[in-house]
Amino acid sequence: MSGYLARRFATLPLLLVGISFISFLLLNFAPGDAAEITLRRQNGGITPSPEAVVALREELGLNAPLPLRYFRWVSDAVQGDLGESYRSGGSIAGELARRLPATLLLASVSMAIGVAVGVPLGVFAALKRGSILDTTSRFLALFGAAVPSYVMALLLMLVFAVKLDWLPAIGYGEPKNIVLPAVALSFGVMAQLMRLTRATMLESLSQDYIRTARAKGLNELTVTWRHALRNALLPVATVMGTSAGHLLGGAVIVEIIFGWPGVGQFVIVGISQRDYPVVQGFVLYLAVIFLLVNLAVDMLYRWLDPRLTFSRQAA
Amino acid sequence: MSAFPQANVRLPALSSDMQRRIRWLLRDPGSLIGLTLVTIAILMALLAPILPLDNPTEIALENRLLPASSEHFLGTDHMGRDELSRLVHGARATLGLASLSLLIIMGIALLVGAVSGYYGGWLDTGLMLIVDLLLAFPSLVLGIAVAGILGPSILNVIIAVSAVWWAGYARVIRGMVLSARQREYVDAARAVGATDVRIVVFHIARNILGPFIVLATLDMGFIILGIAGLSFLGLGAQPPTAEWGAMLNDSRAYMQTDPGLLLVPGIAIFGLVLGFNLLGDGIRDFMDPTNRYR
Repeated sequence: MSGYLARRFATLPLLLVGISFISFLLLNFAPGDAAEITLRRQNGGITPSPEAVVALREELGLNAPLPLRYFRWVSDAVQGDLGESYRSGGSIAGELARRLPATLLLASVSMAIGVAVGVPLGVFAALKRGSILDTTSRFLALFGAAVPSYVMALLLMLVFAVKLDWLPAIGYGEPKNIVLPAVALSFGVMAQLMRLTRATMLESLSQDYIRTARAKGLNELTVTWRHALRNALLPVATVMGTSAGHLLGGAVIVEIIFGWPGVGQFVIVGISQRDYPVVQGFVLYLAVIFLLVNLAVDMLYRWLDPRLTFSRQAA
Repeated sequence: MSAFPQANVRLPALSSDMQRRIRWLLRDPGSLIGLTLVTIAILMALLAPILPLDNPTEIALENRLLPASSEHFLGTDHMGRDELSRLVHGARATLGLASLSLLIIMGIALLVGAVSGYYGGWLDTGLMLIVDLLLAFPSLVLGIAVAGILGPSILNVIIAVSAVWWAGYARVIRGMVLSARQREYVDAARAVGATDVRIVVFHIARNILGPFIVLATLDMGFIILGIAGLSFLGLGAQPPTAEWGAMLNDSRAYMQTDPGLLLVPGIAIFGLVLGFNLLGDGIRDFMDPTNRYR
C-alpha cells in the first residue's frame, strides 16, 4: 500500500469522529426536550408531570456533560443503536438499514446511467470536435446542468407516466419502476461527466504520448480508447466521488416525488413530525456512505494512475 | 507620479483590451443569453411590487385552476391566485433568498479563508479541519437536515444553506490568500508599517475579490437549485408565499389536469439557473488572460 493510502486510512477515524460529532450536535440545536417528548408519546399525548420529566432526564443521562453524552451516543451508534423514533418508538437504525438499499439502488443506477451516457458522449464529442454530435452533446450538458432533478422528475412523470402511460409513476420492486426516478436523477451527473470527459479527452489527445503511440503505428482505436481515454478518465473518477454526494442528496427529493421507499421519505416524514433523532441518524448514515465512496474512488484513482504509486516507490 | 512614465503608456493599452473583452463578451451568444435571462429575473424581482399584477397571495377559490385568458395570462393556481403574478413575485423570493445566502456565504468564506491563509499555523489547521469536516458531508443532505431540525422557514433555509455551503469557498479563498501573501505588494505594505487587518482588507482582499466574484457567479446556479429544492421539500418558503420551488411542489397534485402549473415554475428555475451558468462561463472566459478575444 502506498504511503498516501496509508495516510488516508489513518485520517479516516478522525473524519468519522468529526462527522459523528457534527451529527450529534445537530440534535442539540433541535427544539424540545427528548425526555418530555418520549413521556408524551408513552402517555398517549398527555403532558407529563415535571417530576417525571426530571426523572427520565436523569435516567436517560441527558443531564450529563456534552462530551460524555457524545461518547455514550457514539458507542451506541457503533453498536448499531441510533436511538428510538420520537413518534413510533421504533429503532431508527433498523428503519434506516431497511430503507437504505432502495436509496443506494436509486443512486447507483443513476450514477451508472450518468457514466454510461456521459463518458462516451464526451469522448465522441472530443473526437469529432465541432461536429453536430459535439454541438448536440454540449447543449445536452448545458441543459442537464441547469434542470433540477425534481423538475426533471416531474416532467418525466407527466410525459411517460401520466400522458403516455408507458411507465409507472410510483411503485417499487420491479425493474420498470426505477426507470423514471433513475433517469431524472442521472441528468446532472451525466451533464457534468460529459463536459469533463470532453475537456480532459481533448487535452489528453494533444499530449506527446498520443503522438508517440500514433508514430509507433498503433491503430486509431487503440490510441483513443486505451492511451487517451485512460488518462482522460483520471479527473472523471474524482468527479464521480463528489457526484455521489449530489446523487445522495438529490435522491431524497426524487424519492418523495416517485414514492420511492428509501431514506429520503423517512427523513422528510421525520422532519414534518419533528422526529429529530431520525434526521440525525439519516445525516450520519449518508455522510459515512459518502466518506466510503470517496475512499473507494481514491483507491480507483491510484489504480488508474500507476505513476502516483511508482513515483513514491522510486523516491 | 511622473517618475514612472511607463505607467501612463500602459494604461490606454489596458483599457482598450478591456473594451475588446467586453465587446467579445457581448458578442458571445452564450454569455448574451445568460445575461438576458439573469437580467429578466432581476427585473422581475425588482419590479414585482410596481407592476400591475394581482395580489400573489390573495386566495379566490371561485377562480381556481382557470386556464390562460386575457385576465390571467398564465391562468390561476389551485387557490385561484394569478399564476403570472406568482411567477413574478416568486422571482423576488427565489432570487432574493439565493442572493442573501450567497452574500452570507461569501462573507463567512472571505473571513475564514483570509484568516486561515494569512495567519497559517494552528488557526489555519483548526479552521481547515472544520472545512474538511463540512465537505465530508453531502451538502444537500446536511442542508436538508439543518433546515429540517431548525424548522421550516425562509430564515432557516438561509441559515442552513449558508452554514453548509461556505466551506468550499473558504478553502478556495485560503488558497488565493496564501499565494497573494507572498506577493511583493504585501511585503511593501508591511515595510511601510501597515497593520495585518489593513493588509488583508485593503491589499489582499481587493486583489482576490475579482476571481472570487467569478466563482460566486459560477456557483449561483447551484445555490438556486439547492434553495428551490429545499422549498420544494416544504422546508423553505411557507404558504402562501410565492416561491418557485414551493409553487412546483403545489403543482404536483394538479399535474394531470393542469400541467401548466408545473411548467411555469419549472421553466423559471431552469431558465434562471441556465442564465447564471452561461453568464458564469462567459465571465470566466472573459477573465482568463490566456483567452484570445477574436
